Amino acid sequence: MSAVVAEHDEHHEHEHDDHDHGPAKGWLRWIITTNHKDIGTLYLWFALVMFFVGGVMALIIRAELFQPGLSFVEPQFFNSMTTMHALVMIFGGVMPAFVGLANWMIPMMIGAPDMALPRMNNMSFWMLVAGIVLLSSTLFMEGGAPAAGWTMYPPLVLQTGAALPFAIFSVHLLGISSIMGAINIIATIFNMRAPGMTLMRMPMFVWTWVITAFLLIAVMPVFAGAVTMLLTDKFFETSFFDAAGGGDPVLYQHIFWFFGHPEVYILILPTFGLASTIIPVFARKPLFGYSSMVYATAAIAFLSFIVWAHHMFTVGMPLAGELYFMYSTMIIAIPTAVKVFNWTATMWKGAMTFETPMLFSISFVVLFTMGGFTGLMMAIAPSDLQYHDTYFIVAHFHYVLVPSAIFMIMAGGYYWLPKWTGNMYNEKIGQLHFWLSAISVNILFFPQHFLGLAGMPRRIPDYAVQFTDWNMISSIGGFIFGFSQLLFLYIVVDTIRGGTGVKATNEVWDGALQYGGGGTQGLEWTLPSPPPYHTFTEPPVIVPTEYQH
Amino acid sequence: MDDSLSLKQKNTKIVKILVLVVIGMFGFGYALVPLYDVLCDLTGLNGKAKSLAAEEVLYKVDMSREIKLELITSLNESTPMEFRAETKQLKVHPGEYHTVYFYGENMTDKLLHAQAIPSFTPSIAAKYFHKVVCFCLDQQTFKPKESKQMAMRFAVKPDLPEDLKTITLSYTFFDNTKAAVQN
Repeated sequence: MSAVVAEHDEHHEHEHDDHDHGPAKGWLRWIITTNHKDIGTLYLWFALVMFFVGGVMALIIRAELFQPGLSFVEPQFFNSMTTMHALVMIFGGVMPAFVGLANWMIPMMIGAPDMALPRMNNMSFWMLVAGIVLLSSTLFMEGGAPAAGWTMYPPLVLQTGAALPFAIFSVHLLGISSIMGAINIIATIFNMRAPGMTLMRMPMFVWTWVITAFLLIAVMPVFAGAVTMLLTDKFFETSFFDAAGGGDPVLYQHIFWFFGHPEVYILILPTFGLASTIIPVFARKPLFGYSSMVYATAAIAFLSFIVWAHHMFTVGMPLAGELYFMYSTMIIAIPTAVKVFNWTATMWKGAMTFETPMLFSISFVVLFTMGGFTGLMMAIAPSDLQYHDTYFIVAHFHYVLVPSAIFMIMAGGYYWLPKWTGNMYNEKIGQLHFWLSAISVNILFFPQHFLGLAGMPRRIPDYAVQFTDWNMISSIGGFIFGFSQLLFLYIVVDTIRGGTGVKATNEVWDGALQYGGGGTQGLEWTLPSPPPYHTFTEPPVIVPTEYQH
Repeated sequence: MDDSLSLKQKNTKIVKILVLVVIGMFGFGYALVPLYDVLCDLTGLNGKAKSLAAEEVLYKVDMSREIKLELITSLNESTPMEFRAETKQLKVHPGEYHTVYFYGENMTDKLLHAQAIPSFTPSIAAKYFHKVVCFCLDQQTFKPKESKQMAMRFAVKPDLPEDLKTITLSYTFFDNTKAAVQN
């Protein structure tokens, strides 16, 4: 081995100098690392920490809403909490978790030695940290953290105190970080696939990520532009959104949602990829309709660019506009239904087993479908006038984010933890975590449908007394859900430290090798558990499976 | 991708292309601003149709129809003014010219620059509203405690769609003193 290494070094001199030895010693390893596995680990830990930070904010919100009246916090701080909870969970929690999974898994799934641009990979992680630190620092500023909602609509957002420019710069940093991550992922997938790993043989997680990366590149710059306009409106006397100077605040909403709608698919497409990767393994059947999954993902991504104004049916659009955005939005249900039916058909007559990753995946299919249906209800413009800005919206997007995106991230965590650590996690506690989460998430969010239909507005610290009962139930669900997540933290730490003592095999899950890839073997399952620091320095031989074709 | 390129060259190439896309999309965000204005002018979206003073054109008055015009006023944030429409509601025949008056008063003992911004409901009506004189076309300057009567002369164009029977025109006064003083 050492002879090969020496020769390799001579050929490549400096450009790959970190490829041929183990991790650097000491804590500095985590600062300077360019190894995709290390960076994946950093992203995942960061996302988990942010999940708890955002979770604490959510519990402050639910504690305040436990009963009517102002109980614990000032209204201004309450609004800061709703805003910061959203920003932290989206930009600090869900997106970094997906980037972490991408870093760890994409090179191993396509037979590449690392990401295409390892140094940029390191930089995008640390810019993410800088962005979130900057954002969090606004909590301690004069006038408090941003409180105008994560959508930051002017003119309200321009009333933010000292925090405004810091929040905007943090959005810039987070945007640059995710754009760099996306460029890296696209370069990796386009240039570094092992010979024989054709596009239509890639695992669905890789497919959904490459499409997500294109969405990121297309819309994050638009968002950066929108917040820059806010900045110049506030400090440099421009009038993009100021009616007095000839601007229009509604313009901001159009630009924001041109970014915002693709953004919500950035949060859900990798979720679909995880489900399409995990469900076949535990059903012991190839994914049903692989190519239709690819096309459906691409179709959803395309449609996401042309439906944005369904977030703003109430701003006063011409009838033709309302109709266009209504019908185009409803069309999204078709490729999405293709996916749901494919997952169901994959499970149909499969030899299913119900380990924790599969439990989370099945509940994802069910609960995501519910969240999708409420989305369809809101797509209907005349009905949406009633739902707009109520708790019905809150219930909808939490159904497609918590028991969908976050459940699948958890599923991915359980699915690959034995691969990453070499140890089996404690299945009993895993299942307990699942059942507590799945039940409490419904206690938490289902009543919010009723509250919304009855007219309770979102983003308020106090409410009319008739909403008390469902709010109490929702808050109780929230606290059970929140504290249940500590089990996940326990399991992760426990597994890293040896878990049940059972060593994971290479394949870990019965069927993972055969069904865990796309049109090939699941490549990551050919590697030892845990995989060595450098994997696939020589590209693997790709063995196609008789799959979808 | 071309096989003759090394991996490093291929990566550089793809990064260059994607960075260009990123820059292009940042520009596209800004391009949406004029695009939106064009779209608004074409469609009357958001009642933002151009309200430049136009010459008085003699229309053929459509006596068969009567349109209810409602005038409402509001103040942005804490604009220190008293502002109301002297006529709250009137009936007009399409093609007919009318002059209505608004009352504005500076409640402070400082100079006040303020700009009135119109908005139509339904928004499509903006395209069919012909203004000849309007206090909203220019920034209004109020001396300390000054009050004044402000005129708006207009006609509703006779090609107004049949289904529009009521038009609500709202004016909001924005305090522009800070920007005006800086210039």
